[in-house]
Amino acid sequence: MSDTVSPILCRFEGVSFGYGHHLVLEDIDLTVVRGAFVGVVGPSGSGKTSLLRLLTGTLQPTGGTLTRGENLRVAYVPQVETVNWNFPVTVEECLLMARVNGRRRPWRARHEQADIDAILARLGLGGLGRRHIRALSGGQQQRVFLARALMGQPDLLLMDEPTSGVDVRTRHEILHLLGALNAEGVTMVLTTHDLNGIAAHLPELVCLNRRILGRGTPAVVLTPAVLEATYGAAMDVLLHAGLPVVVDVAPSRLDGDGEAVRQFSGAPR
Amino acid sequence: MSTFWEPFEFAFFRNGLAAATLAGALCGLVGTYVVLRSMSFIGHGLSHAIFGGFVASSLLGVSYIVGAGLWGIGSALAIGSVTRRRPIGSDAAIGVITTASFAIGLVLADVFRGPRLSFDAALFGSVLGVSGRDVGAIALVSAAAAMVVGLRYRKLLFATFDPEVAAVSGVAVARLDALLMVVLATSILVTMQVVGATLLAATLVIPATVARMLTNTFSHMLWLATAIGAACGFVGMLASYHLDWKSGPTIVLVGTALFVVVLALGGQRGLRRVSDVGHIG
Repeated sequence: MSDTVSPILCRFEGVSFGYGHHLVLEDIDLTVVRGAFVGVVGPSGSGKTSLLRLLTGTLQPTGGTLTRGENLRVAYVPQVETVNWNFPVTVEECLLMARVNGRRRPWRARHEQADIDAILARLGLGGLGRRHIRALSGGQQQRVFLARALMGQPDLLLMDEPTSGVDVRTRHEILHLLGALNAEGVTMVLTTHDLNGIAAHLPELVCLNRRILGRGTPAVVLTPAVLEATYGAAMDVLLHAGLPVVVDVAPSRLDGDGEAVRQFSGAPR
Repeated sequence: MSTFWEPFEFAFFRNGLAAATLAGALCGLVGTYVVLRSMSFIGHGLSHAIFGGFVASSLLGVSYIVGAGLWGIGSALAIGSVTRRRPIGSDAAIGVITTASFAIGLVLADVFRGPRLSFDAALFGSVLGVSGRDVGAIALVSAAAAMVVGLRYRKLLFATFDPEVAAVSGVAVARLDALLMVVLATSILVTMQVVGATLLAATLVIPATVARMLTNTFSHMLWLATAIGAACGFVGMLASYHLDWKSGPTIVLVGTALFVVVLALGGQRGLRRVSDVGHIG
């Protein structure tokens, strides 16, 4: 996947963004090409959500140049924590929200129902269309909002922490599903705090803390140096089955110079 | 039985019944969005704001519909505009703008007291004085509101449920919010005569709240709230005649009784549906 063979969907060139005098993002150079599957990691307040909002077009850069593809269709999957679960809406009604352009009649057309059925089946939600969104498991709820995003047939799918608040198995299922969708041609950028999950499933990572501090494959980016620069905390990285595994270093395991005392069975990097 | 049909012989009652039923349906329809957007206070506030316009238009000798309508729409848009500017919440914006407008109305009424001014109808409703023209105005606004909801159904739903994602998906959320505020202001304007400024909030909130307790589906809630509002208006008007009670309070009490019955039958499940409605985050 290189810029020369894939059309560019979005390009940041020296982009900065801030609120008043407070810069949230500074000197960001980033290109999102069609077919990409990028994970953005960084501590809370590092600018991840602002980066996504710049990509959606709801925020505008305060400096630099942000070029978005012409007629770029962007879909956004919000954090499930922000969803009003008591709102009276069924799964099917939720999906139909994505079809806001063009059709003016409230009721669904036959082809729209076919699309709903196909997407729900594809995401393992078949038969749940008439359920209220709250009457679903955490993983199903996350997939409903993914399904709504896909209903809009986006060029670029943006997700804000799609694996937050779900158990390990559900996290694995969601990331596996996202990988499969990417293999089918869906371009995705997501933010997450789940370093190991994305190390196992995503081909490309961006480490962000106001600036981009690392970019590349998980094997390239997930190093103790880059992680410490990003999070400001010591972390160790082990190799397990060829994949980097990030582990916290407890303060009690740091020697006097701040070096981690390695007591793990995996090979430290 | 003849006693039951007796009021239908009078034109004023037929007009009042039609007005109350249409106004109930209109408030149920619009109230669905008001309740789901956690703007229940807005009905109360806007009806008070429009009272200021009512007094001003009476004093200036201009049409009530035009004067109070412009005043109400202006207040609604101001509320919408201030609400979007955080950190001022919608409740604070409504509180400031509408009570100020109401206070202007009271001061004007006090300073320029005269025989032309009769504010009881605006404050407490006077459904029995409704003319055929008033019924026509309510019907016209009801049709326009239904058309707005029908043509903007998905966008309104999306912007109500998830405004941030709706904006990303191409919905002009601010414009849609302004349109909804205009619909709300005109709805309050034409229905104020039925129940009055002081009770109008109840006719906006009760049907939608009862509907929410009965269903988890948005489209069903919209229909149910409209039907419940119409039924409360119809039954309330009949009850008001037979019990010799004021029509506005009777309509509100019928809605309240329905709320209590649904709450009793639905128990905790129904209460849970409305307890957090409109909460984001």
